[in-house]
This record gives sequence, structure tokens and C-alpha cells, in this order.
Amino acid sequence: MKKGEIVKVSGPLVVAKGMAGSKMYDVVRVSEERLVGEIIGLTGDLASIQVYEDTSGIGPGEPVYMTDQPLYVELGPGLIESIFDGIQRPLDIIRDKTGDNITRGIEIPALERDKKWHFKPVVKVGATVSPGDILGEVKETVLVVQKIMIPPQSKGKVKKITEGEYTITDTVCELETENGVEKITLMQRWPVRQPRPYKERLAPSLTLSTGQRVIDAFFPIAKGGTACCPGPFGSGKTVIQHQLAKWADAEIIVYIGCGERGNEMTDVLLEFPELKDPTSGEPLMKRTVLIANTSNMPVAAREASVYTGITIAEYFRDMGYSVAVMADSTSRWAEAMREISGRLEEMPGEEGYPAYLSAKVSSFYERAGRIKALGDPSREGALSVIGAVSPPGGDLSDPVVQATLRVVKVFWSLEDRLAYQRHFPAISWLNSYSLYIDDVSEDLNKKTAKDFTDLSKDAMRLLEQEAELQEIVRLIGVDALSPEDRLILEGARSIREDFLHQNAFHEIDTYASLSKQYKMLSICMFNYSKAKEALARGVLYADIVNMAVRDKIARMRYLPESDIAKIDALRDEITQEFDKLIKGEKAKTGEEVEEGEKEKEAFTGEEKEEEGKKEEPEKKTRRSRRKK
Amino acid sequence: MIKEYSSIIDVSGPLLLVEGVEGAKYEELVEIYTGTGEKKRGRVLEVNRDKALVQIFEASTGIDVQNCRVRFLGRTLHIGVSSDMLGRVFDGLGRPKDGGPETVPEAMLDINGAPINPTARDYPNEFIQTGISSIDGINTLVRGQKLPIFSGSGLPHNRVAAQIARQAKVLGKEEEFAVVFGAMGITFEEANFFIQDFTKSGALERVVLFLNLADDPAIERVSTPRVAFTVAEYLAFTKGLHILVLLSDMTNYAEALREISAARKEIPGRRGYPGYLYTDLASVYERSGRIKDKKGSITLIPILTMPEDDKTHPIPDLTGYITEGQVILSRPLFRKKVSPPIDVQQSLSRLKDKGIGKGKTREDHADLFNQLIACYARGKEAAELSVVLGEAALSDLDKIYLKFSQNFEERYISQHEHEDRTIEETLDLGWELLRVIPRTEMKRVRDEYLTKYYDKE
Repeated sequence: MKKGEIVKVSGPLVVAKGMAGSKMYDVVRVSEERLVGEIIGLTGDLASIQVYEDTSGIGPGEPVYMTDQPLYVELGPGLIESIFDGIQRPLDIIRDKTGDNITRGIEIPALERDKKWHFKPVVKVGATVSPGDILGEVKETVLVVQKIMIPPQSKGKVKKITEGEYTITDTVCELETENGVEKITLMQRWPVRQPRPYKERLAPSLTLSTGQRVIDAFFPIAKGGTACCPGPFGSGKTVIQHQLAKWADAEIIVYIGCGERGNEMTDVLLEFPELKDPTSGEPLMKRTVLIANTSNMPVAAREASVYTGITIAEYFRDMGYSVAVMADSTSRWAEAMREISGRLEEMPGEEGYPAYLSAKVSSFYERAGRIKALGDPSREGALSVIGAVSPPGGDLSDPVVQATLRVVKVFWSLEDRLAYQRHFPAISWLNSYSLYIDDVSEDLNKKTAKDFTDLSKDAMRLLEQEAELQEIVRLIGVDALSPEDRLILEGARSIREDFLHQNAFHEIDTYASLSKQYKMLSICMFNYSKAKEALARGVLYADIVNMAVRDKIARMRYLPESDIAKIDALRDEITQEFDKLIKGEKAKTGEEVEEGEKEKEAFTGEEKEEEGKKEEPEKKTRRSRRKK
Repeated sequence: MIKEYSSIIDVSGPLLLVEGVEGAKYEELVEIYTGTGEKKRGRVLEVNRDKALVQIFEASTGIDVQNCRVRFLGRTLHIGVSSDMLGRVFDGLGRPKDGGPETVPEAMLDINGAPINPTARDYPNEFIQTGISSIDGINTLVRGQKLPIFSGSGLPHNRVAAQIARQAKVLGKEEEFAVVFGAMGITFEEANFFIQDFTKSGALERVVLFLNLADDPAIERVSTPRVAFTVAEYLAFTKGLHILVLLSDMTNYAEALREISAARKEIPGRRGYPGYLYTDLASVYERSGRIKDKKGSITLIPILTMPEDDKTHPIPDLTGYITEGQVILSRPLFRKKVSPPIDVQQSLSRLKDKGIGKGKTREDHADLFNQLIACYARGKEAAELSVVLGEAALSDLDKIYLKFSQNFEERYISQHEHEDRTIEETLDLGWELLRVIPRTEMKRVRDEYLTKYYDKE
């Protein structure tokens, strides 16, 4: 094995001489402890190496061994239900071998070598196969059947293929190729920094339902789409990522904990085996792969962890699955890049981040998409990427946020203002957007009812009107509004509190199917339109907001999925109660109606009076808002 | 083999550049002997061919380029730990400061520790009763959590921390606990306040103190929390004690880090702090937690003063991204004589959901605190509105909310420094306050709990 010699050590960056002949992004082994590193720069025979493990105690003169191979991941049965570190070492097995703390220089293969899997061929001897063709299947968990595919660089004629029990390194099939016989195993390898090939890219058109009302109804993400959720700490980024990992209707979830808290990974590890997938009823863990590089684990491996995760996801996508990748948080990944770049003494771009930050971010998100996979049988896969971003101080002008927003199509803006009011998920309905709404509206309506997207547009309009009215209220008080306007506030409040607000920790409220969402939203909107009608027919605003059915509307979220038909029954109750109100109103004497009219006049009078004072309080509110 | 060199070519601030060094290792421990024979310690920050960049842990007074000798010890910084350290006072690097003898080490441990394998962690879910309503009721602390106190100059963060240290207990269990206190750059008076408080409550023999006071070398501070955690880890995971680590003040720590970074001429991140501040803080904070099948635990309460009370300043900001929530002290509340002035809206405990509820605190806890916060937020909005428009402009319901929020501040958040409320008392107080608000407004509470708790007088 060729080797070089260390000349410089500075944190995770090691420089070695005598490295001529090595290539960029080759993996090397540093010192006799054989720490894993990757070449990230070459000058003459000097190579700059980022080391994925702690470099304490390493010094000049020690050897660097070249492997002539790029950083790759192992793909095959055994991925699901595993937890890996940033360079795909199995953390559970590491714990068995080395104890509760992670030591360095550990060499453990990513996938278990001894376990036998039942392989069932789907092609026959004599068949001609080309890259991506499915050779056979291995049932990995109750939820996941791994399709064993011809690796992207091989093709030929099947010489031998038999059903049976195999380990991942056993030959399951022999291919007659131009260059002789090639042995195919259950496992293949793929370099992490290189996207896996596919036949054709398709436009996204299906919605990735997430069970989260604000997302599905207002800011949906498509299967194969990209989304990001930036927000300051405490605004619930991780809870949203967890919720999506739990309830998104993807067949495979790859969750990358990138530079975040150790306890959050533990939470996932403990909770996912307990939670049941709403469609299959099986534990969620049976479709999940975890990548964990917590904030105290080596920083360079953080940079690799997102690539490790997305490569595993691409592998499942190629089998024809819908895969969702959650990366929490991409800011830590960018910071890892910044740290390495700083140590390389590169010229910094914004905020010390390297100039290639946005190129790296966009090429990462571009690995998402809906595709037609290589090979036979023809199949479609989708890879959705949802990245959390943690901008300093929640400031959206942060370079990582800006680089991300340029590529992603869905933006869920998390606001601490909402979090303080305990409005969760704290996704701002005014600032967020989804560019997939038009692409997926057909699919959404097909899955619910033909007016779902129209309803959500109406609801959104109401929320926008509310924001405008709130400005006025802040200046001159709610009493100055006409009853019609107050009804708008009331309608918007109902959408916010009865529909958008969702408690992730409530056993039922945590997930709402698309049909439940549709029913809930249509009740909110129905109630509002009825109220408008009643108001026009002379019912007092105060009576409308004191209706008994309001309590039931507030509680419809707690109806289990099996009982959602009860939500429709509310429609009759609302109608009845309004009928009663209208009739009651008519039964009253004309005087009272007139009084109501007078009240209206009083409102408008007040408004005029207040207009003169407008300037003063405006300044005040501005000041007070700034204080906040 | 230990090698000695006298080839210092550059001294700048806390950094030394030594030339002609053979076989120096990254992070290696170094001893520096000044011309007068004084011994200082340091570590290797970078080795480039035959040049080693050394960071001194102490003040660089007395170091010159002619007479100093540098010894490379061939190992990284380890400290001796033992159970005898309980009840003792050490300096920021772990040397006895109370005049007592050196402790006999039971083990030598690397002060940097090793990251806990995420699969080995056990999820923190044991409720710790601190006796402070605004923490127990709203921002519940659990064992193994890291919950910082974000404060500002002049706010009573030390009193809050001392009260937690004094009153914290896990209900229904009599277990061995201890406090490891790391002081970084705080004044003698502040340190003395804690020592006095521990003495008064008789807890001093269960406390290990590491004191790096304001007049001690700033550079020593970088090691203080690591030394403190090394001892805490030993006591928790080897000796099975439940440890509360108090670190004060993390702002001083981060400034010391900035000093080193500036001396190395690194590209600064925000406000001159190094770009790796997040990673560095995480390597300290993340050492707390629980480990499966181990008896002990480490709960961390770092205290930091936010410059200008600005939560977006890099130190509180990055801390908030690593810790599991934060307790924020608010100046407006402090001015209103609400004490402890805990801002319950901005404060947050991320782990509370797993630590409360039936069998832990009480079944109604989650719904109740959601309702309390929602009502308090509405009351505060009403208060803001009444400042602009006068109280007369408020609707009747808003007036009720306003009254509620005042009561909430005066009776729920406010409590005496030595008042130790049980969780039952805290929860019942919450319901009592809520009863002024009509039942129809209780949207965040399940019906059954309303009947059981709201309706009972």
C-alpha cells in the first residue's frame, strides 16, 4: 500500500507529503491508528486531508496510507433500521464493541456480514440484463422489500442465479460479460459524492402527504420535491422534521441528524420502534434509516453525513420507492465546510463561509427529484429532501438560508413569535410558500374532494385579510371595526386555532389524514360563510361568537381517524344553530334590530374620530413592536 | 521520551511558536519553564513540520524567547479524578485552591472526554422538581437535560441557579446527588455567594468547585468547563451519582475562546467569535445526559449573560441551538419586582413533554401549561393594547385576560427565594388562576380534565 507522511496537523485538517498519484476525494488512512480521512486538496505532492475522527496525539512524521478509492457507502440488505455515523459506521455495533463512548480508529463494516437474507430471483438464467435491472428481491423488513439491482456499471447475460439464503458478500448471480464472468452480490458500493444515475427526470405531480395540516393544506410538498424550514432555536424545526419522518407517506425515510443534539437521536431511536405507520400499522422504524453525527462528534464527518444519507436514499429511489430525506440541520453541514475551508486558508465568502457554499448546497438539493429509474422493469421513484436550516438569531439573510432558498421550492418559515404564543407548528402562513401548489392540486383534490385547494385558497385569503385588519386593530382597537370585519377576524381565528394549530404531542392530533384535513377545513369555512349570512340577516356579532357549536369545532381535531365522519355531522349542527339565531332574531321586536343598526353607526363614527389621532399611536406601536 | 526545547521564536498573547521540534503531536500537553523556574502548562494547537504552535493555559507573564524552556510531554491533558474531590475547591485547571492536600487520583482522564454514542444514550424523562413554579409548571426540567439560564447583567441569575441547586429533587427517590460547579471569570463575590449558599444548606460536602475568578488568567477558562465535566462524568457514570453541573458564566468562556482565535489570526465569524464556536460549545454541553444501564446522570445548567440582553448574540444563540431549551430572565419583569423574573413565554424546555404527565407529575400538566401560556399571551396582548388605547377600549373578555396575566405574574411566577412549591401546589395554583376565565375559553384542555380540575372549587 502506498503511503505518504504527515507534515502538518491543525484540528481536523492534516497535510501530508509524498502523496503524488492520489486523487481528489480519495479516502486515506491517517497514522497507525488508521483514522479515516478524505483528500480535499492537492498541491504538488502535498495533500490536504480532512479527517473524520479526532486527531489528538497525531503529529508530523506519521504515515498516511492511500486507498485509491473515493468515500463510498455500502448499499444492500441491512440498511433499514440501522443507525450510522457520518461515514456509515454502525453506531449500535460500535457500542457493543467499544462501549458507551465513541473512540477512534474503529473499522467496522457498515452492513452486517454474517446475517443471511433470503434472496428470490425474478430473472431467469439466460436473460440479458443491463444496469439497473432488477435481479431479485430480499424482504428486509415487513415494510421494505429490497430489489437487488444490477450495479450501474455492469451488464451481460445471466449465467447462474439461484434462490436461497445468502450473506451480503455471497455471490447470488453470475453474469457473462464482455470481460468474463462477473459476480453479483446482494451488496453494492457507491461513492457518496456522485449522484446515482437514472433514466429520466420527471416533473413532480404527486403530493407527499405529511399529516400536518398547515403543510398539506397550505404549503404542500411534492413527492420528489425540496423544502426547507429555517427558524431560530425554539421554533420547532426538529419537531417538524420528526413529525415528517413519522407521518410523511414516503415508503422509506432517511433521517440525517447533522450536528444536532444527541438526545434528539435517542428520541428517534426510542420512539420510532413504538410508533405505528398510519397506512400499514407497522412500526415506523421498519422503514427508517438513521444517520447521526451529533454536535460533539467529529466535525469533518458532519460534512460527509449529508452525502452518506442522500446516497442511501438514492439507492432506494432507484428501486422505485418514494423516499424522503430529512436533514437536520444543513447549517451545521455548512459550518463544517466553513471550518475546513478556514483551516485550508481559503479566501472566505460571506460570513466566513467558503465561496462554493451555494454551489454545494444547490447540488445537494438537486439530487432530489422524481425519476424514471434505469433498467427493467420500468419504475418510478421519488426522492424528496427536507432540510432544516438554523440561521443565527433566526436571521433569514444568513448565507446558508439564502443559498437554500434559491434552490428549494417550498419554504416553511418558522417564527419564534408564533412559538411564544405556543402556536405550533410555528409555520408562518404569511411568509411561507410552496411552488408546488399548482403541480399537486389535482392530486390533492383527487385524494380529498374537488374543492380542497379552492377551500384552502379561501382560507388563506381570510388569513391575509386578518393580517391587514390586525394592523388597524393595533392602532385603534378592535371596537373600531365593523361587525363584518370582526367576523373576518373571527373566521381567521377559527382557521388558526381550530385548523392550523396542531399538537405534535397529542396522540390523535399529531397526525391528520388528508380527508380529515379536508373535513376540518370545510367545517371552518362553512361556519364562517354561515356566520356571514347570519350577520347579513341581522344576527348580532356577539351572538355569533357565543355559539355553543364553536366548542365542538375546536374539538374536532381530537376525533380519531375512525370517527372523522362525525365532523360532517357538525355541518347540520351549525346550520341548525344559525337557523335558530336567525329565527330568534326575527321573533324579536323591530326595535332591537334598529339598535343593532345604531351600534353599527357608532362604530363608524368612532373610526372617523380616531383617524385624527392615528399618527400618535402608530409611532407608539412601532416603538413597542421594535422593543419586542 | 520527553523532549525539551529552548527555541521559542514568537510569543503573542497566549500563543507560543516553538521551532525545531521533533515529533510533536496535535493536542499534546506542554510544560513551559520560565527563566525564574516557574512552571506553566499549555497544549499544542497546530504542528507544521518542525514548528509547533502552543497555547498556554495560564497568563503568559514571564515568558521570553531567550530563557524559556519547553517540554513536550507526549500525552494529552489528563486530570486525576476521585470521589474525594467532593467538598473541595480547585482552580480552573483542577489544582487544589483551598489549601488542602492534592487528592489521590482514582483514575487519570483526558479532559476532552469522548463523545457519547447516540445509541448509548438514555432519553431524559425523569421529572426534577425545582420548587419554582415557572420552571416546574411551564418549563419542566428533567434529569440529564441541559437547560441554560439566559440572563443579563444585574439580573438575579445566581439566585435562581442557587435555588435550583438547593431544591432540586426527583420525587419519590432518595438518591445520591452532587453538584459540580465551574466558575469562569465571575467575581469573588459571586463565587462567594454560591459557596455561602451551599454552606448554609449544608450541601458543601457534596459540591466540587472549580473556580476561575475574574482576576485569574482568562485563558485558563477554556479548560475549566472541560475539567469540571471530566470530574462530573467520573462521578456520574463510574460512581453512579446524579450530578448537577453549574457553569457560570459561559460568556466569559466564549470570550476567552475568541482571544485565542484572534491571537491565531483566524477568520472571525459573527462578532469576532471563531467560526467553530458552535462545535466548541457543543463539545462541552453535549457531555451531559444519561447513559443506558448506568445509574448516574449529568444535568447541566450553564449560566450566561447576554450582552445588551440580546438573545441573538452569538453566545446565547449558539447555546440555544445546542441545549434543550432555555430559561430566560426578563428585565421588564425584574423591574416590576417579579422575582424570579422568568420570562415564561420565551423560556422553553424541550424535554418537558417526556417528563410530565401521568405517573411523572400529573395527567393534566401538559394541557394546563398550554392553556396557561395561551391565556398569559392573550393577557399580555391586551396589556399592550391598553397601553395604546387605555383600558376602557378593551373588551370584557380582554379585561379578564389582563387581570389573569397580572395575577399570573404576581402569584405564579413570583415566589420567594426559599419557597419550595411541590408540583401539586404549582398545578393547583395554575387552575386556581385560570378559574377567573370562562370555561368556554379553555380550548387547550381536554374535557375530562376540565371537569376534574377546573370545575372543582
